[in-house]
Amino acid sequence: MGDFWAIYILWLRDLKRYWYDKARIIASLGQPILFLFVLGTALSPSFKGPAGINFSEFIYPGIISMTVLFTSIFSAISIVWDREFGFLKEVLVAPVSRWSIVTGKALGGSTVAVLQGTLMLSLAPLVGVKLTPLIILETLIVMFLIALAITSLGIVIAARMKEMEGFQMVVNFVIMPIFFLSGALFPLDRLPQWLNILTRIDPLTYGVDLLRGVILKVNIFPFWLDTAVILGFIFIMFSISVIEFNLAE
Amino acid sequence: MNTDTEIIRVENLTRKFNGLTAVDTISFSVSQGEVFGFLGPNGAGKTTTINMLCTLLRPTSGSAFVSCCDVVREPNRVRKEIGIIFQDPSLDDRLTAEDNLRFHGYLYHMDHKEIEKRIVEVLKLVELEDRKKDFVRKFSGGMKRRLEIARGLLHRPKLLFLDEPTLGLDPQTRVHIWEYILRMRKESGLSIFMTTHYMQEAEVCDRIAIIDHGKIVDLDTPAKLKEKNNESTLEGVFLKITGREIRPQAGESSWVQWMRRS
Repeated sequence: MGDFWAIYILWLRDLKRYWYDKARIIASLGQPILFLFVLGTALSPSFKGPAGINFSEFIYPGIISMTVLFTSIFSAISIVWDREFGFLKEVLVAPVSRWSIVTGKALGGSTVAVLQGTLMLSLAPLVGVKLTPLIILETLIVMFLIALAITSLGIVIAARMKEMEGFQMVVNFVIMPIFFLSGALFPLDRLPQWLNILTRIDPLTYGVDLLRGVILKVNIFPFWLDTAVILGFIFIMFSISVIEFNLAE
Repeated sequence: MNTDTEIIRVENLTRKFNGLTAVDTISFSVSQGEVFGFLGPNGAGKTTTINMLCTLLRPTSGSAFVSCCDVVREPNRVRKEIGIIFQDPSLDDRLTAEDNLRFHGYLYHMDHKEIEKRIVEVLKLVELEDRKKDFVRKFSGGMKRRLEIARGLLHRPKLLFLDEPTLGLDPQTRVHIWEYILRMRKESGLSIFMTTHYMQEAEVCDRIAIIDHGKIVDLDTPAKLKEKNNESTLEGVFLKITGREIRPQAGESSWVQWMRRS
């Protein structure tokens, strides 16, 4: 029971910090909106999508995934700030199990990412995508799965990072490749072999595919494969982060 | 000394970092209700010892018990009994004072009604009751420290660790902070384990251990320490025992040490 309340308060902390920082909410919408409307509109004439889908519509699930990806990784990496500013010690010295610390952080970061993704989802009418209550519900679930996968990955990275200086490295060598190889911005069915292989190693590929299947009804992998890969990735990353927190000192 | 009344018992505690021995087979015990001072130059091993006692760091060898619980085998039982004021700030300055305290209460499994009651009490103790809705980033250094003391006391710990609690604070705040702590001690029989570089503050201790190069050099009451060393102040005792040479700070790189020497 004590662990439940510890998870709750860690989750609530991330939500409060998100809510108090309205400037960040607005600022982090800038980039996805540019991608969606500028890149989307500019490349639409030269794009032939499946089932008469134009480019803006095609990348829309990809851009939602991007928003979730970046918000998740930022939330998780804030552990490094907590370490630098000393707050992490307050958490580590409390009588709570290490797995509940990781769980609270993962759920908090994921909830924030889903909220941010939901803001992007509210732009659907402007893109010309029709949403039904069922699609919205399914989208929320898929966003949450993607968020949980990426926050868990972020916690694994943050547990090893001692200083914030390393963050740029993480963005350039982990986050950008995950984003670019995921097929968020291009179709995956006409790629050269080497790129084809790389996209299939990227866990986000399956999240974007799932989201595209839910929102636009076009996907290249079966539903079960997408779900299995994401759930598997969450399980592995979450386990590693719990182990890391148990060993950390 | 009877083990029932011991709040801390340390036996041959040792911690090594990459071959460097920060804490070297120290043994001592602190009884309940005692104010125990841990004095030593920078880098003597004070914070390393505190980190082991509060379960943040595993000992290389030896053992330590807090409230009769082994710090390695039963860390969560130890954590429940202790409150800590760390040397460096450890508040979330993006949250309000009240948020920080409530966060703490939930982490320590306190009853929710009790948390709200205690928040009012501890904020009153450190005279911050009218600032509870303010964000911590707007607080001065002294106010942050007072809030940390309020937080450390929130869950009614049996033992309070104070790692240089008044470092960098003005004399007014320092006096107030000691007032709060000593009042709490009187009211609740709190035991205190403290480190400080202000020797006048060490006068409040019942007993003092002087640590240098990871070893306890002497352990006695302030009066006996002065008597034995034939000094009128603790400052004098301290300098006599640990020498006058300046020590490298924790984490200071070798070239800084080299710059100091040349």
